[in-house]
Amino acid sequence: MSGHSTYQPQNGFMRWLEARLPIGGLVHSSFVAYPTPRNLNYWWTFGGILSFMLGVQIVTGVVLAMHYTAHVDLAFKSVELIMRDVNYGWLLRYIHAYGASMFFLAVYIHMFRGIYYGSYKAPREVLWILGVIIYLLMMATGFMGYVLVWGQMSFWAATVITNLFSALPGIGESLVTWLWGGYAVGNPTLNRFFSLHYLLPFAIAGVVVLHVWALHVVGQNNPAGIEPKSDKDTVPFTPYATAKDSFAIAVFCILFAWFVFYIPGYLLNGDNFIPANPAVTPAEIVPEWYYLPFYAILRSIPNKLLGVIALFSSIGILAFLPWLDTSRVRSARYRPLFKQFFWLWVIACVGLGYLGSKPPEGAYVLISRIFTAYYFGFFIIILPLLGIFEKTKPLPNSVSDSVLKKA
Amino acid sequence: MTTVSSAEHTRRDFLYIATGAVATVGAAATLVPLINQMNPDASTIAAGAPVEIDLAPIAEGQIVKVFWRSKPIFIFHRTAKDIDLAKNVPVASLPDPEPDAERVKAGHEQWLVVIGICTHLGCIPLAHEGNYDGWFCPCHGSQYDSAGRIRQGPAPKNLPLPPYAFLSDTKIRIG
Repeated sequence: MSGHSTYQPQNGFMRWLEARLPIGGLVHSSFVAYPTPRNLNYWWTFGGILSFMLGVQIVTGVVLAMHYTAHVDLAFKSVELIMRDVNYGWLLRYIHAYGASMFFLAVYIHMFRGIYYGSYKAPREVLWILGVIIYLLMMATGFMGYVLVWGQMSFWAATVITNLFSALPGIGESLVTWLWGGYAVGNPTLNRFFSLHYLLPFAIAGVVVLHVWALHVVGQNNPAGIEPKSDKDTVPFTPYATAKDSFAIAVFCILFAWFVFYIPGYLLNGDNFIPANPAVTPAEIVPEWYYLPFYAILRSIPNKLLGVIALFSSIGILAFLPWLDTSRVRSARYRPLFKQFFWLWVIACVGLGYLGSKPPEGAYVLISRIFTAYYFGFFIIILPLLGIFEKTKPLPNSVSDSVLKKA
Repeated sequence: MTTVSSAEHTRRDFLYIATGAVATVGAAATLVPLINQMNPDASTIAAGAPVEIDLAPIAEGQIVKVFWRSKPIFIFHRTAKDIDLAKNVPVASLPDPEPDAERVKAGHEQWLVVIGICTHLGCIPLAHEGNYDGWFCPCHGSQYDSAGRIRQGPAPKNLPLPPYAFLSDTKIRIG
């Protein structure tokens, strides 16, 4: 869709630069003249919101690293000093800590949107898989950042998560020792997590570039799920998408600011205000909210190895989604059955999140098992069969038809 | 020079393959230090030397926690009742079948020495809790009996035994 750039350098310097490095033309064709479907709704603004959040996390993170000490005896204290002594340290740390939550909130909405409108289907498979890779990197980065605080929940989260790898038969034990750099989570572990926590956001930024590149090759999907055919179906990125994304980012920031300034303790775990103690496990270990569905899947299976396999499969299966969904119609708008199964799946995901925060006993275990079964069943049974049996609604002739008929 | 058919093997093909093979081996060799640096360093290994523990102050029924290689070690001075309970369980009914005699040293049945790390995901079980006169793991609800054997919950194995030996009736060396 790109390539028909109409960029004309406005002054002598830009003409000189364009002949040597055509960056002005690249920006112009990608973010100014780039045609976006005219029917995009606000669910399509989360890509912009996510880019913004990555920037927020990198800027606040680089600054926090100037005040943080990655040593078991000093880490917890240095975080407290950031909160009390460093100028605006409290603000930077709350923005960074809540930034992680807001980042995950945005990525979940972005992913649900992609699934609802079939944005993973041909020719967008690579675009989708790059997104799954970004999500995996985000999970690793978020986990290691949480460990850096070196409170009780940090330490025990590090212990539980690294121990997932001990379930692997044969190499498990030596793999975990290698991850720790010792016989338990300790100073070497904290040091390497800090190094990787600083590295991975830039790796994410690199994959985001590939994600955006792939997006600009195949073009954006849209709520109708059909390809734009003519100029009547699209509008230029600037001002239309630029303005819409900016407005969405501003609204998103209101929610973000409300957390940071009005309820800064809401999502923080009380146990993490106790310095890490390798001798005592807290009464209840709960991960951050954005990992809870996967934690519930892990706990719903009574066998250690199978539980770990289910945990990793629940994320890995997303990469195969473009081939598991056999329907040729993209958007749920024209797939009445898919729409119902999709919302049930959303309920299962949110329900697993709730169950992950509850103790693993009684009815909670039973319901987790039902939701876990549905989570996987949606991908490996329902989606392949729906493509064969579902009677879809007629698609509109064009993107502009779908907009104008509705109005 | 005559034209060389592409199907024919030439000295140049050999040089390509040989160069590629050396480069591959070289690249693999550079991974060794990059990967191995993450294993426990010399000071960590040195700090993992054996420790000697005096058992005399541990009262009957008491469980103490000591550290060896950053791992908590539970030393349980078992009462006659604890030992009976551990011995009278049908071994075949256990998830990880091991008779009590294999969990302790012969002649020192009152002393149970186990690594206090839940075999599920590494939490530290709480002593004197749960239904089996042993430990209860607060993380995911695994329960261990008075021989440190898994009885209930997601943990797959019994609490592991550290290498240890009795130096005298009231002294052990762990490691």
